[in-house]
Order: sequence, then C-alpha cells, then structure tokens
Amino acid sequence: MATYLEFIQQNEERDGVRFSWNVWPSSRLEATRMVVPLACLLTPLKERLDLPPVQYEPVLCSRPTCKAILNPLCQVDYRAKLWACNFCFQRNQFPPAYTGISEVNQPAELMPQFSTIEYMIQRGPQSPLVFLYVVDTCLEEEDLQALKESLQMSLSLLPPDALVGLITFGRMVQVHELSCEGISKSYVFRGTKDLTAKQIQDMLGLTKPAMPMQQARPAQPQEHPFVSSRFLQPVHKIDMNLTDLLGELQRDPWPVNQGKRPLRSTGVALSIAVGLLEGTFPNTGARIMLFTGGPPTQGPGMVVGDELKVPIRSWHDIEKDNARFMKKATKHYEMLANRTATNGHCIDIYACALDQTGLLEMKCCANLTGGYMVMGDSFNTSLFKQTFQRIFSKDFNGDFRMAFGATLEVKTSRELKIAGAIGPCVSLNVKGPCVSENELGVGGTSQWKICALDATSTLGIYFEVVNQHNAPIPQGGRGAIQFVTQYQHSSTQRRIRVTTIARNWADAQSQFKHIEAAFDQEAAAVLMARLGVFRAESEEGPDILRWLDRQLIRLCQKFGQYNKEDPTSFRLSDSFSLYPQFMFHLRRSPFLQVFNNSPDESSYYRHHFARQDLTQSLIMIQPILYSYSFHGPPEPVLLDSSSILADRILLMDTFFQIVIYLGETIAQWRKAGYQDMPEYENFKHLLQAPVDDAQEILQARFPMPRYINTEHGGSQARFLLSKVNPSQTHNNLYAWGQETGAPILTDDVSLQVFMDHLKKLAVSSAS
Amino acid sequence: MSQQGYVATPPYSQSQSGMGLSPPLYGHYGDPSHAGAPPGAMKPAGPMGAAPGGVLPPGPPPPGPQQFGQNGAHAQGRPPQRFPGPPPASSAPPSYAPYPPATQSSYPSPLPPASVSQLGRQLDTMHISYGSGMAPPGQGPPGSLSAPSGQGPPPPLQPSILQPGSQVLPPPPTTLNGLGAPPMPPPGPAPPNAQLQPPPLPGQTLGSGFPPQQGNYGPQMPGAQLAYPGGFPGGPAQMAGPPPPQRKLDPDAVPSPIQVIENDRATRGGQVYATSTRGQVPPLVTTDCVVQDQGNASPRYIRCTTYCFPCTADMAKQAQIPLAAVITPFATVPSNETPLYLVNHGEAGPVRCNRCKAYMCPFMQFIEGGRRFQCGFCSCVNEVPPFYFQHLDHVGRRLDHGERPELSLGSYEFVATLDYCRKNKPPNPPAFIFMIDVSYSNIKSGLVRLICEELKTVLERLPREEPEAPSAVRVGFVTYNKVLHFFNVKSNLAQPQMMVVTDVGEVFVPLLDGFLVNYHESQSVIHNLLDQIPEMFADSNENETVFAPVIQAGMEALKAADCPGKLLIFHSSLPTAEAPGKLRNRDDKKLINTDKEKILFQPQTSVYDSLARDCVAHGCCVTLFLFPSQYVDVASLGLVPQLTGGTLYKYNNFQMHLDSQQFLNDLRNDIEKKIGFDAIMRVRTSTGFRATDFFGGIVMNNTTDVEMAAVDCDKAVTVEFKHDDKLSEDSGALIQCAVLYTTIGGQRRLRIHNLALSCSAQLADLYKSCETDTLINFFAKSAFKAVLHQPLKLIREILVNQTSHMLACYRKNCASPSAASQLILPDSMKVLPVYMNSLLKSCVLLSRPDIPTDERAFQRQLVMTMGVGGWRGGAETPRALDSCVCRGPHRHVSVAQSHPVARAERPDRRPWPAGQRVRAPAWCRDHPPPPGGGSASLKPALTPRLPCTVL
Repeated sequence: MATYLEFIQQNEERDGVRFSWNVWPSSRLEATRMVVPLACLLTPLKERLDLPPVQYEPVLCSRPTCKAILNPLCQVDYRAKLWACNFCFQRNQFPPAYTGISEVNQPAELMPQFSTIEYMIQRGPQSPLVFLYVVDTCLEEEDLQALKESLQMSLSLLPPDALVGLITFGRMVQVHELSCEGISKSYVFRGTKDLTAKQIQDMLGLTKPAMPMQQARPAQPQEHPFVSSRFLQPVHKIDMNLTDLLGELQRDPWPVNQGKRPLRSTGVALSIAVGLLEGTFPNTGARIMLFTGGPPTQGPGMVVGDELKVPIRSWHDIEKDNARFMKKATKHYEMLANRTATNGHCIDIYACALDQTGLLEMKCCANLTGGYMVMGDSFNTSLFKQTFQRIFSKDFNGDFRMAFGATLEVKTSRELKIAGAIGPCVSLNVKGPCVSENELGVGGTSQWKICALDATSTLGIYFEVVNQHNAPIPQGGRGAIQFVTQYQHSSTQRRIRVTTIARNWADAQSQFKHIEAAFDQEAAAVLMARLGVFRAESEEGPDILRWLDRQLIRLCQKFGQYNKEDPTSFRLSDSFSLYPQFMFHLRRSPFLQVFNNSPDESSYYRHHFARQDLTQSLIMIQPILYSYSFHGPPEPVLLDSSSILADRILLMDTFFQIVIYLGETIAQWRKAGYQDMPEYENFKHLLQAPVDDAQEILQARFPMPRYINTEHGGSQARFLLSKVNPSQTHNNLYAWGQETGAPILTDDVSLQVFMDHLKKLAVSSAS
Repeated sequence: MSQQGYVATPPYSQSQSGMGLSPPLYGHYGDPSHAGAPPGAMKPAGPMGAAPGGVLPPGPPPPGPQQFGQNGAHAQGRPPQRFPGPPPASSAPPSYAPYPPATQSSYPSPLPPASVSQLGRQLDTMHISYGSGMAPPGQGPPGSLSAPSGQGPPPPLQPSILQPGSQVLPPPPTTLNGLGAPPMPPPGPAPPNAQLQPPPLPGQTLGSGFPPQQGNYGPQMPGAQLAYPGGFPGGPAQMAGPPPPQRKLDPDAVPSPIQVIENDRATRGGQVYATSTRGQVPPLVTTDCVVQDQGNASPRYIRCTTYCFPCTADMAKQAQIPLAAVITPFATVPSNETPLYLVNHGEAGPVRCNRCKAYMCPFMQFIEGGRRFQCGFCSCVNEVPPFYFQHLDHVGRRLDHGERPELSLGSYEFVATLDYCRKNKPPNPPAFIFMIDVSYSNIKSGLVRLICEELKTVLERLPREEPEAPSAVRVGFVTYNKVLHFFNVKSNLAQPQMMVVTDVGEVFVPLLDGFLVNYHESQSVIHNLLDQIPEMFADSNENETVFAPVIQAGMEALKAADCPGKLLIFHSSLPTAEAPGKLRNRDDKKLINTDKEKILFQPQTSVYDSLARDCVAHGCCVTLFLFPSQYVDVASLGLVPQLTGGTLYKYNNFQMHLDSQQFLNDLRNDIEKKIGFDAIMRVRTSTGFRATDFFGGIVMNNTTDVEMAAVDCDKAVTVEFKHDDKLSEDSGALIQCAVLYTTIGGQRRLRIHNLALSCSAQLADLYKSCETDTLINFFAKSAFKAVLHQPLKLIREILVNQTSHMLACYRKNCASPSAASQLILPDSMKVLPVYMNSLLKSCVLLSRPDIPTDERAFQRQLVMTMGVGGWRGGAETPRALDSCVCRGPHRHVSVAQSHPVARAERPDRRPWPAGQRVRAPAWCRDHPPPPGGGSASLKPALTPRLPCTVL
C-alpha cells in the first residue's frame, strides 16, 4: 500500500489535491455504495517553488460549453498542430504562437510534471490592493491603545502603493477622510440606520466625480482613476497622517451608563465599509478588516441589547428560540457578505473580548468572502498581535501571502458531475453540463468565487459519478477533472492556475480491492467532517451525529471483513483502519458538539475547519499528542487518558490550542526547583524541549493558537482532559489505581466502547 | 357683514352686528378736539366752517387749551408745556397732581372752571372730539357727567348720516396712498389746528373720509415749525386760502402723533412714575421717566390697551375696545431703576394660593392676625405656611411688608425649587450654537470670514449672571451647506476635528463631548477653527443648502447635552437641497389681491411648524440672520425663529462694505442681550375675566400655558382678556403674569409681574383710560395673525369697522352732542385713526405686487413678537410698532421703487427734514436702515433693527 500513500502524497504536493477515492468506481450505483462520496480537498494556491513563470495566456478548448484549458492529458497531433480536448473531445487548432510546437519542443502546459501550472496575465488594469480598517472605539483604554499600535505598525507592513482607509465606530460611525491638512475630518453616520449602498455613496460624495468639498489635489485623478476617493489613499502618501490620526483616536465619547453595554454600531459600520468599497473599487482586491471588542448593540445587525442584565444569547437560548436578534442580525450580515462577495472584497473579523462578540451572526461575512476570523480575549495579547502581523507576512518571493477575487472553475469529464463545494466560497451560479442536480455543500454551479485566499485555503469539492452501470467504461479509462483558478495575485497581477488531474476508473465488482486500497481515509475523514459541519450550520446536532454514525456503520459494513453477528471477527483493512477513530474524535469535537462552547466559539471553530488544509483539519479533528520523557526522544502517543503519566510531559496541539502538560512527578520536580540545579540540567532540557517545539508550531500557524502551559492538577489542564479519549474514568474500575494514566471524570463513551458498539452494529444483519 | 372674526376676540366678533350702523360716525370729521384746545395761537382756520355745527369758535380762551390738555389722557401733551411762551401753560402743570380715587379716575385735575366752560361749548367745538368729551365725566362734576349723556341726541342722527361713511370705509386702504401721505400735518406756522374739512360728502370723498385727519397740534408749536424748516409751503397756502375744503382733507387737521408724543414727553418726561395706584395710565413709551415699583408692575413690563376695564361683558361688547395686555416680561430697565429683587424661600418654594396657584403678591390679603391670607384672584382663604408667618400691624398689613418684595412690589423673582425643573433636575446652563452657512455665495461675499472674525470678539462677551465672572454659557459650532459639519473643539485637542453629517434626511448629533465647550477653556482650539473655516471652504462651489436639518441638528445637540440654548444661524438662500424642509420658489405675485394671498404668509410645509414645537419643547431658541439676494421664503424660514422666541434679522443683498457694521451690531446685541430660556408663562386674573388669546413668539399646547423656548428683553406676549362674569369697581381687575424660566447662568426662577386695573361701569372711564400705543400694537398683531387665514381685504375692513365702531360708541355714549359730520375722538385715542391708517398701509396689509413677498412676511413676523415700545433704556425710545405702522404711507412708495435695487436710498428720510429728525420720535433716528437698505443710519450702532425699515 505504500505505493498508494506515496501516490497520494506526491499528488498532493504537486497539485494540492487529495481525493477520498483515488480509483474511481465506474458507475453511479457503485459509487453510492461506497458510502464516502467521491470528493477532493483542493488547495488552489498551494505554495509551490517550482512552478515556471508562464507569461502568456492559456489555450482554451474552442467549444463554447467546454473551454477547458490545454493540459498534459490532452492528445496532441504535433504535425497537424491540433489538440483534442480531454473533456469534450473537441479537436482544436493551436493558436499561431504555437507553430513551433513539436514532441521535443513542448510548451510547459503539456509537460506531465506541470499538471498544475500558473499563467500570469499581463493585460487588464492593475488596481492596487485596498485595506479598509473598521475599528471599534468602544474598547477599554488599554485594549484600544494596543489596537492602535498594532494598526500603526501594520502601516509599515502594507505595500506602499496599497490604498488604506479608516472607519471607526461606536455609537456613531465615522468615515475618516485622509489627507486633510490642519483639521481632521470625518463623515459621521448614525449607528442605528441602515443605508443602501447608493445612499452611502451619495452621502460620502462618491457619486460625483468631483466633490466640491474635496481638497484640491490636481492631476491626481487623471493619474489614477481610482484614487479619487478621499477615504482611501495610498499608504506611502498618508502614512504620517494616518499614524497621527490613529494615535489621536479616542474611546467612544458617548457616556455609557451603569449596567449598560456601550452602543456599538458594528452592523452599520460594516455596511458603510462595504458600500464605500462597492462604490469605489468594485472587483479589485480589497480587505475590510473589522476590529471589534464586543457585540453589536444597536442598529441593524445588533446581537444583544445594551442592557447588561440581559446576557448575550447562548446555545441554550438558540435552542429555545430565545435569541431575539439572531435571525435579523444574521440576515443583515449575510446580505452584507453577499454584496461583498459580489464585489470581490473580503471581510476579516478580529474579535477580541472576554465575552461573545456576535461571531455567530457575523460569521458569514468571513465565511463567504474568504476573510479571516480571529478570536481572542484582548487586543493586548500576543495572540492578536502576532496573528495580525502574520497576515502581512510574505512568501519567498517577497509577495504577500494573500490573493483576491478568485474564481474557481471545475471541469469534469463526462462520467462525472459536480455536486458542490464546501469552503470559503460563494456560488457563481454557473450551470453547465457538468453540474449535478444533487447538491453537497454549495452546489448547483461549476464556478465559485473565493474573494480572498491564501496558500492554505482549501475547498472540499464533491462529485457524483453519473456513468450508468450498464455503460461500462473501457478498461484503463481515466476520468479527468480540471480546476481553473483565476485570481488577483498580491502583486496585483492577475493569474490563472490550472490543475488537471486524472484517475483510473475501476469496476467495483471486479476491482474492489483496488478501490479499497486507493481509499484516502484522511481525506475522507476531513471531507465527511466538512459535510457534517456544513450540515451542522443548519441542522440540529444530534441529527448530524446520527447521520455520521450511520455513514460510518455503512462503511464498515461495506469494507469490513467479518462474520455476520460476530463482532469479534470484525476487521478493517489498513486503508480504513484509522477512519473510525477519526469519526470518534470528530463526534467529540467542538465542530459538532456545542456543549461547553458559546455560539461564537462554535462559529469560530467551524470557520477555520472549513478552510484549512488536510493536515490542519486532521489536527482539529484528532489533536496530536506528544510525550516527552527521560526514556527517549519525544514520541507521539495515543490521544488517550492512558497517556497521561506522572513522569511525562505532554504536548498537545489541537490547532486552536497548544497545551503543555507536566505530569504529576515532573510538576513536583519543577516545583522543587531541580531544573535550576546544575546537576539536573537534563531535567531543565526536558522541560525546555516541549516549549521549544510549541514555539515552532506557534510561529508557523495562522491564526496563532492559544498557548497553555499547565501541569497536573492545574485548572487549565481541562483543555487536555477534555480532548483525550476517556479510556479510564471513574466508572471503569479496572483501571482505577493502576499506573496506567489518569482517569477522566466524564460520562462520555471511550473509544473502546465506541468501537465495540460499532463492530456490533456493523456485523449485525439487522441494520 | 362678512367680516367675521379673523380675530377670536369678542370685540371683533361682537362688532359685526353693530358695525353696520356704527361706521357712519366716520363720515364726519369732528375737528379734532384739540382743535379747540390749541392755545390762543391757533386760530381756527376757516375750514371749520365746513362742519355743520362745528365751527370752532376762533377764540377759545387761552385757558381752554389748558384744560383741554388736562382733560385728555395723561399721555397727551399739554400744549402749555410745549409752548414755553404762553404763561398759562406754566400754571397748568401743577394741576397735575393725581386725584385721589374719588371717582375712579386718577386724572389730573383740570381746571374745573375751564371744563365747565368747555362743556358749554361742546356742541360746536372740536374739544369734544378729543379728550374734552371725556373730561367732564371723568372729572366728576355731576353736571358734567350729565352733559355727555345729554348728548344723546346725536346718536339718532348718526345712523343716517353714517351710512354713507360706512360704505366708504372699505376702500380706504387703496386710497390711502394718495391720501394719508403725510401723517404729520405739514405745519404751517400759521394754521392752527386743523380743522377738518368739512365732511361734505363723506361718502364720496374717500380719502377725506378717513380718520387720519384730526386736528393736531403739531403745527402750532414753534418747535414743530422748526422741525420743518422747509415747511410745506402748501400748507400755509391751503390754510390761507379759503379752503377748497370740500373734498380735501386739511393735513393740518390731522392729529399728529409726534405732537402727542412730544406733549407727553413734555408733561411727564423725566418724572418719577410710581405704580402705586390702580388703573392709572402710564406715560407713553416714548416718554422717558423713572418708574418706581409701588405694587404694580412697571409699564415697561406690562402695558394694557385700557387701564379701566368695563364692568360687564355687555359694556365691553358695546365699546368694542379690545381688552388686552402686552407683556414684555424681560424688558430692560434703565440703570436708574431698581432691578428685580430675588426672593428665595429655600426648599419650601414660593407661597401660592392653594386653589388658583397664584403666587404671593401684594394682592393677597392677610387675615386672622396673619395666620391666613385671602387670594386676591380667586378669593380662596389659605393657611400661611409656618415659615412665612408674620404678625399684622394695625392696618392689617404684615409687619414685614416692606421687607418682602413679594408683598410690596409689582415685579420680583422667586428662586424656583426642583419641582419647577424639568425632570426635577436642576437645569444646565444654556448653550449657544453658531451655525454658519458656508455655501458658495456666503464664502464669496466674505460673509463667512466676517462672521468667523467677529465671533472671536463676540465670544468674549457672552452673557453672564452678575456674580459669576466667567460666563456659564457653552458654545458649539456647525457649518453647513447641503451637509452639516460639526466641530469638535475640546480643549485638549491640538486641532479641531470636523465631523460631517450627510444624512440630512434624519439628522443627528455626531458627538457630545467636545461639541459644546466652555469658550475660555477651548479658546485656542476655537480660534484655530474660526481661522480655518473660511479657508476650508474657500474652494467650495456648493450652492444648495438645507435648513430644517440645521435647526434639527442644533436642537438635537441641545437635547443631547440636556440644556436649553440658542441657535444662531447665518443663512442666505432658499434651502433647495433634498432634505426635510426643502423649499421651492413659490413667490407668486398673481396671488396678490386674491383670497389666496394668505398663502404667501403661510409656511410652505408643515415641517417647520412641528420643528418649532419640538424646539420649544426642548428649550431651543433659534435666531436667524438672513442674507438673501433673492426670494428665500421668509414665511417658511422665519417660522421657527418666530415661534421659538428668536429674532429674525434680514439683510437684503448683503454687501460687506455697506452692511457689515449693521450686521455686527445686531449680532453683538443679540448675543449680549438679556434672555431667559425654557420659559413657561401663565397669566392669572381675578375672577370675572380671563386670558383667552395669546400672540407672540410662543407655542401653546393647552389653553393656559404659554411655552417659550426663550424670551428676551425685546420679546412681548400679547394677551387678550374676555369677561366671564361681572367685574366689580371695588376690587378692580387683577393680573398676575408668572414666567418660569432658566437664567443664563442655569438657575431656575420665577418672574412675577402683577398689575391691578380699575373697573368701571361708565364707558367714559373706559375711553379715558385707553392707551393708543398698546391698542395699535394689539390691532396690528391680531390683524397680522389673521393674515394667515383671512383675505386681506376682509381684514382691512374689519380694522376699519372696529375703529369706527369704537369711535362711534364713544360719540354716542360719552361725547357731547355735536354735528353729525364731526368726527369726535376721545383724547386717549386721538391718534388712533392715524395709526390705524398707517397700519392699513403697512406693507403686510397692503396688497401691492411691488412689495417683495419676503419683506411682507418679514415684517409680519417681526411685529408679532414686538413690545409696545421697546424701551431700550435710552432717552429716545423707538416706538417700534408705531413707527412701523406710521410710516407706511411714505415708505411703501419709496420702497417700491428702491427695493431691492436702490439700497442706498433711505426712503424714510425724505419726508423728514434733518432738523425734524433730531427732535422727532426716536423711530426716525433709531431706526437702522432698511434691511436691504444702506447703512446710512444716523445712529447705526447698538440699536436693534426695527421693522419700520422696510416701510
């Protein structure tokens, strides 16, 4: 099986694609019996060092309904200068520029190693990137100060020609005019009144080319038609001004009475930000960066009233249908998100507060536009500061790791249809022959818009095999899929990345082993999880768990080897062996369990789950646990309570948290100060090792995880205890008192129980 | 007749039935009474011959005149005094001592013999017509009283004779132009008083038929002669010649307001006027005297149309004299008079009657050894609160009578307790918000720069309460064109911050902290801002403006800051930008002289009315400085300033070099003047009558509480009274006006003005106590109010009819019999016809297309809040309304020609040769130039502008 693992890994590295099945069942019926759908995780902009700079435009299939791009899988007739489209079989003439083509003189896009290739388009206007800061001023003084500093710092990280704008909000919303001398000027909007884009543009004077109030800036408009907006100015010009302006930013001056929340007009502020960009820079890369320190308390999009005695909605309230403002607010933000997506802009949400900030309602702003969502306790934490800084990090080429306004188009060979996609995207509603009627995720289209993406943004794309059982595919036939991603690179250049893949068809009857062996259980787990999480947004938790269980049981029935009614005989092949365990942890994960999580936290977790690549997603589903001891080098251990031993240090990575846990003995030693004694230097090193490893992870990850350093009996140890498989609890006495780990005080079922149960159901002929 | 009341007042409405009959009186010109009065100098010019019975005996003996003067209301100048020459004159003044109220009259004593002699002549002289007729009854000799009654005979005649006159009446307004041109008689040195030209065909000679012509003194006086150096050559000539009298009115015969004013000034000027006596008629507003509060409010605060109320509603109906008071609660008192005392009862608050809630005042009668007091208004007996108890002396007065202002004075103030405050919280000190139109035209004309420069100075002089050194008033700044710009001028800012509010559809205040600031704390930021404003908008080419949102924003700002205040708005154009209160140019000359003419005076949209009410509810006063270069719809723009107790200033075609001085003076004056905010006024009366109607810069949400966003020293509220029972001569009629307000320093206070009037069952007493200035003020306001709802033609008719009815009633009931053709004027109303004529010619009531609509609306609104005299503390007190009204004839002609182009022309100058102006009533001099007019005023500085400017 090593071959398949290598194959999968190689494909992922080259194309950024992981399929659940790497050999495809050749008929619809068989495909549905496979339980796990044919799907893939696609990382469109996967960072690749070896891509050739292709400075010309792609060659398209001439059939209007196809327009597939020339790729290594196409049949080429070098003599006739013809190529056959591998999707629609149309024969196409090469364009004149390709006259010199021959077997030995191939363009890059025909070379097999370039199944993924990127074209750089030279034409079209190059519009600068736009960064619009939307800043909450109802913060504690300390928080605001930290935020101001972060923002000021960010100015130095932005590309000099990028446009930057500032909107502040509290009870009112202020759109600051930059580049004013002598007096700082802002346009103020009531925080309670929603305005249409047209109204906003009228009020900001954006509809007329020359606003009378405008300070004279002769010749500028001609130089660049876009720069006419007074509210968005190139960083290099107003660097100083904006730094001062941010420095002078005051807390919202309106008094907040005892027992009240500050009035926060987040809804209107976002609406204005969206309207401003909509009027000035439609369809160019732009980030609206919302920094908020609390829930919206007034106007459209309000999440909670300003009475402190009324707490913000909890899951309990939502289940009881007690969340007064939720539906309306959600609708408001959805509407904004859709508008933003239409304009090709994105909204980032940086929410830092101890209580909830309304991420549940606002989530779609980030989810639909590909924006970031960052949740922290305060702007004055390294979590926020580092994360924010990391947004402006650069890749090895010196380019920002962000791309904008992408369109992902998927083309399939005729045996396949597209069922949908799950990820930070919106549908472009492009129907076509390869669009399935059965939707999984965001379906009904062959194109999606991803307003902002980076090297790790990953979509799950689901397919349907439509080949009928009675029309067998000839032996050795391959199905092909082409992913075409057009986007605006951070250098403002437009680029097109094309990935074309092909997989073998196999008959499920005769080649069952092949199909089974080509199962990618990691990808499958993540893809199923995405489906589950996607459904969790709209359905009740228990239903989804039941659905997941049922799928798992069916899969086990299909691929397990067992004797009927004999659970002990149940076996799964290697390619499936881990899958039930993933499902077990997925069931316990915060993506599906809302217990102990606020609605905001759930939204936050789900947001990241729906956009991270396979590795990160797996970490989220099943956190990684490393054990450090004097007995040897650090080793990964089971995520199980039995791994919690007194003489070990554990390092757990859940993606959102990095937990270092000192076992009981270790903790006592540390308390006794052995690490400071020269003769116990090795203990010092032992203590240091997980910290160093944690730092490594912290440095690399976005958003920066919460870093927790705790020990046996520490209150923070709950982060670890809640994740591990409760193999030992106060209920199963056999482990009690033994030296095999720590009991977890929970009623949750352990993996063992889960597996036993699963086996029983799988072998049962009843179900 | 159709003239149903444009006025709700009883006199008007009642008049209708009688009117048809009464007007007839009119036709005859009685010679002005004083025709007889004139000192020997006057020779009855031939003209009198015309009057049937009324040939003036040429030689009324010298004494006659004296009496005559005495008989007349105090107000009337006595010839003697004016003429230094005649020795008898000097003897007359002594007689002035007020009479003990044996009868009700407090009239100075005439020389009894004289009166007798007069009586004898009543039939044929003009005395009758003017104060003389009254005199007899007033003076009490029984005989004299009977005499008037004896005159009964004429009445029967009247109807028949009068009829023609009545027909004549309506037209006057139109004819006036020609006719009344000189309200002042051109004085021929020679001609004595005027006589009336015969009434020959009263009906036909429209012009002549009109009242204006009463004889007047003026001519006779030497002074007068001086005044008109140029003289009207024609005058003498006319006189000389045998009058062509038939049709023409002898100008000399018209009673001269100037003369009346001069006379009053001569008799009562410089004296001390003590208010101890009930029902005494105060000196004219033009007369400079020292008022001493001895239990009744100074006439500076309250003036009544009559100081003697008829006892019954029937009487009132019969006389049709409006019963009204013009209250200027914050009138300025000159420095030589005592300012109001402040009474502080601590937490207990003012002592009040339990039933009618009247405040403790001199009319409260203490009984039962001082343990109780009986309310003078409702007669309820109340316990005296323990803290307030005091023993009584032998005459039943409290021992502390002299120590407590509320027991001994007519006007005083109480410190209000929290119960009298909004939400039971002490008020915040008021704020001034300056709102400057920065549209293209204002920038271009330099106005914005001028304002900004001036504000730096003016802000140093914000009003303050005496004891506090720095002013408590906070200031804020807004500029606007079609959007609003608020400024944050918090003291800790390095530079001001501008906040633009573009949502004019639903305007709001973008900031709280830093918008309203203490000037001294934020001085440098404010100066920085004021320096920058003209620069900031220098490149602006925005022409459209909004208006209602500006007021709304100011009001919201005050509301947010929880304080009352004043908005000073500097505006120049018709607000055409898309926003609430948007206006279109609807000036339509075709409407003039139609029933729809009233539309021109009505606001274009209801937005402004509701806005004004909101403003009043939040104590937001709006003062508007208008700089129009074309039609700006003053009727709409001016509504909020009018209803919120603000002032409207208008500078047509503002030009920096010509008008800036005037504007700056107005601005300074407006900022510095005494003002109270967030006021509620309540007028309480003793039983038998009550206040029924109120005019002025007020809003009323019920029938009794007069709400005012602010009231300053120039603003008056006119209150009309109606009987609801009989009044008794013994107890008289008591009025208490209480104004609850917030001072400039943020204190809540109650200002109380009390006034006692006499009552009489005799019509003669009523007529004797009338005050023409107040009457005309009332007529003007009621007519100008009616302009909104009634055709102007009807209003003019009603005015004429009521005037004639009043005079007819007098003639019928009080005057001695005289020839039917003779016009008989009570002394107290001697100049009423002249004033009335002028009122009819005010540009508001004059329907002429060549008068700009804005000008008419402007004047209408101005007059609505105007006091009787605008006592401004100077020796020369402008008589705002009168002058406005009086000068109609002259001015409107010239205005028509000069406006708006010929700004430099000052029409009102021409009729008045220079010499005259010096001595003439103040309105001549004090008047600043017409709003659009040149700055060529004699005394441009410091005087507020008066409405007359346009006329």
